[in-house]
Amino acid sequence: MSELVYRPASELVALIAKKEVSSVEVTKAFFDRSEKLNPVTNSYLHLNRELALAAANSADEALSRGEVSSPLHGVPIAVKDNLTTTDAPTTSGSKILEGWVPQYDATVVTKLRQGAMPILGKTNLDEFAMGSSTEYSAFGPSKNPWDLDRIPGGSGGGSSSAVSGFLAPVAIGSDTGGSIRFPAAVTGSVGAKPTYGAVSRYGLIALASSLDQIGPVANNVLDTALLQDVISGHDPMDSTSLPNSLGSMAQAVRQADPKGLRVGVVKQLSSDGFQPGVKELFDDTIAKLVAEGVEVVEVDCPSFEYAVAAYYLILPAEASSNLAKFDSVRFGLRVTPEGNPTIERVMAATREAGFGPEVKRRIILGTYALSSGYYDAYYGSAQKVRTLIQQDLNRAFEKVDVLLTPTAPTTAFKIGEKVNDPLAMYLNDIATIPANLAGIPGMSVPNGLAREDGLPSGVQILAPQMQDALMYRVGAIIEKLYLAQWGSPLLTKAPKLEAK
Amino acid sequence: MAKDNLLSYEAALEQFEVVIGLEVHVELNTKTKMFCGCANEFGSEPNTNVCPVCLGLPGSLPAVNKKAVESSMAIGLALGCKIAPTGRFARKNYFYPDLSKNFQTSQYDEPIAYDGEITIELDSGESFVVQIERAHMEEDAGKLTHVGGATGRIQGAEYSLVDYNRAGVPLVEIVTRPVFGAGDKAPELAAAYVRAIRDIVKSMDVSDAKMERGNVRCDANVSLRKKGAEKLGTRTETKNVNSLRSIENAVRYEIQRQAYILSQGGTITQETRHWHEDRGYTSAGRPKSDADDYRYFPEPDLVPVQPDIAWIESIRSALPENPAARRKRLQSAWGFSELEFRDVVNSDLLDQVEATVAAGASPQAARKWWTGELARVANASEIEISALQITPEQVAAIQKLIDAGDLTDRMAREVVAGVLAGEGEPAAVIEKRGLKVVTDEGALIAAIDEALAKQPDVLEKIREGKVQAAGAVIGAVMQAMKGQADAARVRELILERANS
Ligand SMILES: [Zn+2]
Repeated sequence: MSELVYRPASELVALIAKKEVSSVEVTKAFFDRSEKLNPVTNSYLHLNRELALAAANSADEALSRGEVSSPLHGVPIAVKDNLTTTDAPTTSGSKILEGWVPQYDATVVTKLRQGAMPILGKTNLDEFAMGSSTEYSAFGPSKNPWDLDRIPGGSGGGSSSAVSGFLAPVAIGSDTGGSIRFPAAVTGSVGAKPTYGAVSRYGLIALASSLDQIGPVANNVLDTALLQDVISGHDPMDSTSLPNSLGSMAQAVRQADPKGLRVGVVKQLSSDGFQPGVKELFDDTIAKLVAEGVEVVEVDCPSFEYAVAAYYLILPAEASSNLAKFDSVRFGLRVTPEGNPTIERVMAATREAGFGPEVKRRIILGTYALSSGYYDAYYGSAQKVRTLIQQDLNRAFEKVDVLLTPTAPTTAFKIGEKVNDPLAMYLNDIATIPANLAGIPGMSVPNGLAREDGLPSGVQILAPQMQDALMYRVGAIIEKLYLAQWGSPLLTKAPKLEAK
Repeated sequence: MAKDNLLSYEAALEQFEVVIGLEVHVELNTKTKMFCGCANEFGSEPNTNVCPVCLGLPGSLPAVNKKAVESSMAIGLALGCKIAPTGRFARKNYFYPDLSKNFQTSQYDEPIAYDGEITIELDSGESFVVQIERAHMEEDAGKLTHVGGATGRIQGAEYSLVDYNRAGVPLVEIVTRPVFGAGDKAPELAAAYVRAIRDIVKSMDVSDAKMERGNVRCDANVSLRKKGAEKLGTRTETKNVNSLRSIENAVRYEIQRQAYILSQGGTITQETRHWHEDRGYTSAGRPKSDADDYRYFPEPDLVPVQPDIAWIESIRSALPENPAARRKRLQSAWGFSELEFRDVVNSDLLDQVEATVAAGASPQAARKWWTGELARVANASEIEISALQITPEQVAAIQKLIDAGDLTDRMAREVVAGVLAGEGEPAAVIEKRGLKVVTDEGALIAAIDEALAKQPDVLEKIREGKVQAAGAVIGAVMQAMKGQADAARVRELILERANS
């Protein structure tokens, strides 16, 4: 049954429903593989075998009573370690939370449990989701299954490497500036950031509250859609959660018809700064769509130029406040200096020892950006840019249904290549950040291997707010065109991990 | 301990104009806290009314208590404020161990209510208009107890305990504009203002309004400027003045302290000061400057409150009568003396007396019952008078029986005792205890004869003009009649006998 791990989740759920295979067998298959390969990929910070098998067993029992709890009933899942879970430590990739076990499940985790999806474990991430490579994780970087010397993207590199390495069929990520989409692009998998508010953030350890959104990670568009259907919906515990359902994403995927579709290419994200092979693949995607009769026009989004700058003011500002609670008083690490220290000194020593360099860098940046006298110039201006970007997008969406961009400027870079160059690292997110600033949905779908390095690249689909279904439909159209060319999913072309 | 030199109050007012500003925090009496479902309860075991939200645990998110918003708007409306179409929450960032998130969720530049005014009448009849700048919503912090060390302050304490039961309790902070022109009445005005706020929130039942429990807390700003000067002087903010008397004394103390410094050519340090009720002085706290940087920014986890006109008007129409206006109306309607009326007000018995009068008792009779017998019973059993198990209607019914001559005062007190003991309505108590005035004159005369036989000199004394001698006979007759006789009638009969 080892082949089970290569099956899409949509097939696994059907096999489980028909009782051709049990959820326990599927879950075991992923554990057997994960226990062998996680030392290689470092995808998981914590594996949950006993509890997951118990959950799988319950899922099987429910099925035998005729109960189907969700569209992915019985399919196991990996969860990014910045979502709280009552039965596993939640570290957010930081030493400051090492060993902390929350007393409450994130709303999304509750939905997974109620949906009879056994949780395999908690996946690695850059500390507090600050980074694009997992190199800022306090527990070491995850590896890209395509090339173990390379990063699997970040911050959700644990989830992307687990899914692309077949250590999990689907996974949960969180996306503040591209943390789901960039990892998906560089690992040849699919990842979606839903509309802001479509998925409850309750229990997500906040990075930047106004930008954070939880979303699905999978090997194909349909699985991604099925998972979004499981986790989305209004939550009274999250005041920013949307009141109404956005409909079924899986249904949108099944209607992958390009007829009448109008696509925009963002002028500001289609020329400079992209790896030539990545640019060629993007042009190829556009050519394929044109061949299908899709109307493609160039759209001008002049404010995108300031998106990265605005993002790196808003994010650190909110993060500096969100991370203030890590003070040793109520939970987590406590470092007590010598002598008879005051509470201020204990707090300072704990934060000094518990936070890594990128977290400290952003806290300092954010504290500065909010300081009186600087607020208007930094945080205030950044909020204005945000409004301008929304206006750019509104104008663009008057002309076209969706926007397409390359998801990332490059394929996966080497571990260590950018870790000491924060600015270069920040530019990875140049194409993904606008979606977070504007609250619109965005997803990355693989579109081939770059000719320079043979590594995967992705195309990003951006849709208007609350039109996640439209985004999935376009994702499915593009995926279908490539499947016709490749004959099988891109990930089947990845080197076998076992061989390493 | 108090080493400050003070200028005499008279001299201070001769040279300087006093400017005061008051910040009053009102703790709302909502069932649950501001942003979570925990009970808002005074006196529970430490850290029992807590949850991930009010403990500021990672991943938790706030959700606004609608009732608290409603109470805040009601307070704003009662103070003549405008209600903002958009009330936004903001984070006030600072590290302190009683602040679970290390930021306080408050309101900054978009308070829910603003631009109001209230007329304050002093005991002298003089009245002042106090301008309200704003009334905004915020959450309370936890409570620190410093253990060890002499002062109970954080400095020198061995360790400190923190109770988060109060963390997240809803507060409304009411801020006045600077108040000019009160002259020597400034301290009295400050206290009268706080009393007025307390009475208003109490009459609206939005707060328990107990100053001794910190339900209403006041910070008093005081500054002086040379008479005729334009520029405002440097102010101090005296914290924790938690009784009306303290407010008056603290303001007066600050006037005299600052006047001395200024008259010696010194300058006032802008700082917070602590009022020491026991010894009657203020001491320097933390230096405070306008540059105190709380790095306010809009709370991204909450959507703004946008009350519509219908909601605002429904709250406005439900506002009770202004307490000061009501007092004026009742005092004139009841015809009480200043002293009698103040007795009722200070004992917090306006509601009870009003209801008893409404049920048919005369104002004087109602007043006597509540400030007399019922206050005595409540006091003796150490409970609040409002907790007595007797209604104003029952009191009025008993009074009616007295007026009709069916009960003596003593019997009426027994009926009250019966009602309080849960024996039912007054009529049932009378029936059960057989309380009936003896109206049989024959029986009375027989009892009088018997008493006179034992005290033969009484009649002679009465005839000599010593009418009070009748008292001994009345006492004996009442005892013989087991109290169930009309003492006035007995007296009449004795006097008739003496004069016949
Ligand atoms: Zn709570």
